[in-house]
Amino acid sequence: MSGPDRGNVVINLFECKGCGLCVDSCPPKCLELLPELSASGVHPAQYLGKACTGCGICFYCCPEPGAITVYRLTPPPKSVPPGELHAAAL
Amino acid sequence: MAIDSKTSAKALEILAAGYQVSHSKSPAFYDTYERKGDCKHQTHYCPGCGHGVAHKLIAEALADLGLQDKTIFVSPVGCSVFAYYYFDVGNVQLAHGRAPAGATGIKRTCPEAIVISYQGDGDLAAIGTAEIIHAANRGEKITVFFVNNAVYGMTGGQMAPTTMLGQKTTTSPWGRRASNEGFPLHMAELIATLEAPVYVERVALSDNKNIMKARKAVRRALEVQRDGIGFSFVEILSPCPTIWAKDPVQARKWVAEKMIPEYPLAVFKDKAHEAIENRAIPQRSVQDVLEIRAKDDVPLTELPKHSHHAEDLRIKVAGFGGQGVLLLGQLLTEMGMREGLEVSWLPSYGPEMRSGSANCHVCLSQRRIGTPLVTRPDVLIAMNEPSLRKFAAQVAPGGLILYNQEHLPQDLHLPHARVLCIPASEIADKLGSSKAANMVLLGALLEATHCLLPATAEGVLTTKIKKADMLTWNCAALRAGREFMDNLTPDGTITRAH
Ligand SMILES: Cc1ncc(C[n+]2csc(CCOP(=O)(O)OP(=O)(O)O)c2C)c(N)n1
Ligand code: SF4
Ligand code: SF4
Ligand code: SF4
Repeated sequence: MSGPDRGNVVINLFECKGCGLCVDSCPPKCLELLPELSASGVHPAQYLGKACTGCGICFYCCPEPGAITVYRLTPPPKSVPPGELHAAAL
Repeated sequence: MAIDSKTSAKALEILAAGYQVSHSKSPAFYDTYERKGDCKHQTHYCPGCGHGVAHKLIAEALADLGLQDKTIFVSPVGCSVFAYYYFDVGNVQLAHGRAPAGATGIKRTCPEAIVISYQGDGDLAAIGTAEIIHAANRGEKITVFFVNNAVYGMTGGQMAPTTMLGQKTTTSPWGRRASNEGFPLHMAELIATLEAPVYVERVALSDNKNIMKARKAVRRALEVQRDGIGFSFVEILSPCPTIWAKDPVQARKWVAEKMIPEYPLAVFKDKAHEAIENRAIPQRSVQDVLEIRAKDDVPLTELPKHSHHAEDLRIKVAGFGGQGVLLLGQLLTEMGMREGLEVSWLPSYGPEMRSGSANCHVCLSQRRIGTPLVTRPDVLIAMNEPSLRKFAAQVAPGGLILYNQEHLPQDLHLPHARVLCIPASEIADKLGSSKAANMVLLGALLEATHCLLPATAEGVLTTKIKKADMLTWNCAALRAGREFMDNLTPDGTITRAH
């Protein structure tokens, strides 16, 4: 691997409902459902720790507003108009 | 935001390593959801429910387009009834299927607001079919997000108009059959056949690519409204894993495999960039509307402006059909219009109109009138005894009752209001026709309250009544009513015993 991954992702264990849609959608398959149960009694999603590209697909597939936060190593390349908080994922 | 300590520690670590947030919870959502119970950090939707994804697309678009602060979100009845717990915007929740009707009212009274009607398929395509068709056909400048999951989710999976042929639901246990339940309704196509809508698209939350197309469609629909262009409608095919009895991943696949073939994804209409003719209502003067014209001998003068102290006056007129109840109400509103007031007139028609009782509601106000309904009148004009008995109790404390008789019925005590008894029918009869009793009462009302000017009343009568003799005795009746009031012994005056 050359250098750190372009992306990173954090799942809020409080909010995740364990539906698995993010796991199914992630192109590099870098998410999994934890074997342990969360406080809400579900197997929450978790980042496997490498290969995230920061594409944002998991974010849009996830039905919970704040369960997933995606990070990118460099700011999105396209110039973002003021007020635009989320760059297009694709 | 509710977050566990592990999660926040991870986030800090990532930021410290030089990453930036690229996708996170939209600021158009509340931080925590003030809903019942202690699940304030999660939505109430089932795992994998499409409503959540649809909410996220809408919230993101509202924040990105800078529309959050002027958005009014109308929630429906259905699983998304609680959308107001999540969207940090103006929120209204309406009766089943009525969201487009409410949204119409909101948009028309607040044209600068971004008004969203968010509805399920039971809400929009079953009980609310009339509302959506007519809102679309009127070209209301609202945005409708129509979440089609082919069932009634909230109530446990009954058949919806959008349920597909062969699809089993609790009310189509052997699968929907065209012969018995009809064919699935294609709402987007239906709406697109109407002239007025400017943007109609169907999208699906079936996979990444289609979710991104849905994201675009949601933005486009909101931009159409932001730019004041017209009615926009996005149908969103959406998974309901719970009712479909599928796991979330399978449910999403089912949208792709079963729903999309029946409900093709397409832009059915996009005339957003076509010129829209100006639909502003032409402004006409009150004189023009009321057909007040200059006569040979009388030039058109400025109408006298209203000078009454009351901010608004709610009047109910009631009596037998044929007593001129509705006409009296109309005269009052026309007088108000001439004096520059906001007015409304609401007749109450009923089968009893012909020979029984009739009534109408009149509002005269210095401000815009919220509702034409008068449930607590300041003034009741009761032209007969049944009307007095029916409506007297409604009169606001300290209000006024004008009763068309010399005395109140003996058993009736109305301490809450000022009661004036005027034998208007008798007075009018002596003048030539008992039909002018309404004019006598109008005269009495003007004299008792000074709510409008007698000169205005005469002006209205002069424009309305073409026959000279009829005009004469109506004006005479008006004057007789005023004179009767002038001669009435005020309460508390000591009179000499006869
Ligand atoms: C006047 C009225 N009739 C019926 C109901 C019962 N009811 C509640 S939700 C619902 C159907 C909702 O289905 P849909 O609009 O498809 O939304 P979903 O729950 O699938 O998101 C019905 C029939 C009601 N609340 N009010
Ligand atoms: S951002 Fe893309 S690569 Fe990273 S976890 Fe999400 S879906 Fe996978
Ligand atoms: S899609 Fe969201 S709710 Fe579902 S498992 Fe992934 S993070 Fe959890
Ligand atoms: S019943 Fe269906 S529509 Fe309702 S919340 Fe659950 S998954 Fe969503």
